[in-house]
Amino acid sequence: MLDVQNIRQDFPILNRTVNGKPLIYFDNAATSQTPQQVIDVIVDYYSNYNANIHRGVHSLSQEATDAYEQSRLKIQNHFNAKHSHEIIYTAGTTHGINLVANGFSSLLKKGDEVIVSALEHHSNIVPWQMLCERTGASLKVIPMNDHGELILSEYEALLNDNTKLVFVNHISNALGTINPIEKIIEKAHAVGAAVLVDGAQSCPHIKPDVQALDVDFYVCSAHKMCGPTGVGMLYGKEAWLNKLPPYQGGGEMIAEVSFEKTTYAGLPHKFEAGTPNICGGIAFGAALDYMNSISFDAIANYENELLDYGTSELLKIEGLKIYGTAKEKTSVISFNVGNIHPYDIGTILDKMGIAVRTGHHCAQPIMDFYKIPGTVRASFMFYNTKEEIDTFITALKKAVMMLS
Amino acid sequence: MTIEEVQNEIIDEFSMFEDWEERYQYMIDLGKDLPLIDEKYKTEDNIIKGCQSKVWVHANMVDDKVNFTADSDAIITKGIIAILIRTFSNQHPAAIIEANTDFIDKIGLKEHLSPTRANGLVSMIKQLKLYAIAYQTQLS
Repeated sequence: MLDVQNIRQDFPILNRTVNGKPLIYFDNAATSQTPQQVIDVIVDYYSNYNANIHRGVHSLSQEATDAYEQSRLKIQNHFNAKHSHEIIYTAGTTHGINLVANGFSSLLKKGDEVIVSALEHHSNIVPWQMLCERTGASLKVIPMNDHGELILSEYEALLNDNTKLVFVNHISNALGTINPIEKIIEKAHAVGAAVLVDGAQSCPHIKPDVQALDVDFYVCSAHKMCGPTGVGMLYGKEAWLNKLPPYQGGGEMIAEVSFEKTTYAGLPHKFEAGTPNICGGIAFGAALDYMNSISFDAIANYENELLDYGTSELLKIEGLKIYGTAKEKTSVISFNVGNIHPYDIGTILDKMGIAVRTGHHCAQPIMDFYKIPGTVRASFMFYNTKEEIDTFITALKKAVMMLS
Repeated sequence: MTIEEVQNEIIDEFSMFEDWEERYQYMIDLGKDLPLIDEKYKTEDNIIKGCQSKVWVHANMVDDKVNFTADSDAIITKGIIAILIRTFSNQHPAAIIEANTDFIDKIGLKEHLSPTRANGLVSMIKQLKLYAIAYQTQLS
């Protein structure tokens, strides 16, 4: 069982007020809040051992290097990667996707096909479109049904010997749908295609096992899982990472440099040019420690309770329609009330101290599918409570009354 | 009335309200009185970029004075554009170009001036002033 009142003590920001009201933070799918345990690690780093890593012979540099590499092991352990050098530090999910997309530029040719899903965030659409423009490969889309679930039979029909890559998110940011990535990966491998899974929305809620999934690439961001912004990870199978050329040139990523020729460093450094986000990497490990100390099973159970409660309470409001009603979904509720513009609802809720997301959630194709300008999105994390949902429902009713 | 006089009038009206609810309710009501844009001007070209909601604005000049009509698919945005149009309509282009818009802060809508704000109040002001600049060029 998860003791939410105790957990809330860990998050200083939850004590603040917004517009004179206690903050209710329901924009967790955009970024999560940071517990004191992670804040302490950040403060400790800059107060006690801030130094550049991997190069210095002095003590500070060695302490910082140890902590940074220790954190990589924590990430490896968390995702159950076979090797620690299969974990590449990135600036976040988008960076990880671009790194892989760029790498595939040299591996794809005209006539090759890549597949994305209709549920993707713009960051998992645009880099692949750019890749296709560069290589002459063509982009295919797995369609979804009205519930916001991918249609697997259509996916199977898209697969053939020309399919080289499949990109799909583990969980949709706009609708909360949990995609059946095990099946998607299995089918892709059957035709020899590689699979990249965007785990930005899944990692805060579930603990993926990259070996059990047999996934080729998996990416995520620390800031959605109680860590800081500006850091994330790319997991890639060793064989794939060796095949891909480096993404950016610079320090850290080289073995030998002369003006005639440069040889690249081995994994993971080949993909980590320049001074990395050292503090961020260390804090990422601390965030994983924090979430694991609560346990992902307890988190998932509790968040499912919040999802069920929030869904049933919201549906009591007349004219409210939820978008994304997949059987398997996480604690994200996207909705509209009657013809009221989501922006109007978001503005009034903010006046009452409630943070939700409004708009197209960087997933315009999904909004086009439903023929709506956007939605209001409430997304819950394990530190939210049913009492907060009650206050949110009361505030929402008031907003609807004002705006009708 | 000059732009400043209209703005002072609006400040007076908003000063009667005790809390945000009354202010927003009034703004929503103002939105309902907005001089609506003719449907034929609701084109892609007339949409103001930088807003989360759609805002269309049309301008014309009569006797050296600019008039604006507008519409939006969001009610609060409609209220905001209604307030702006009330201050800028039936004014000489030069006066619109020079007008400052600090009164927004004084009527308790400061949060809409933040660059993170998705409603694009800043973009709206810019667009209205661009129309004024265009008409000013015609006059000179």
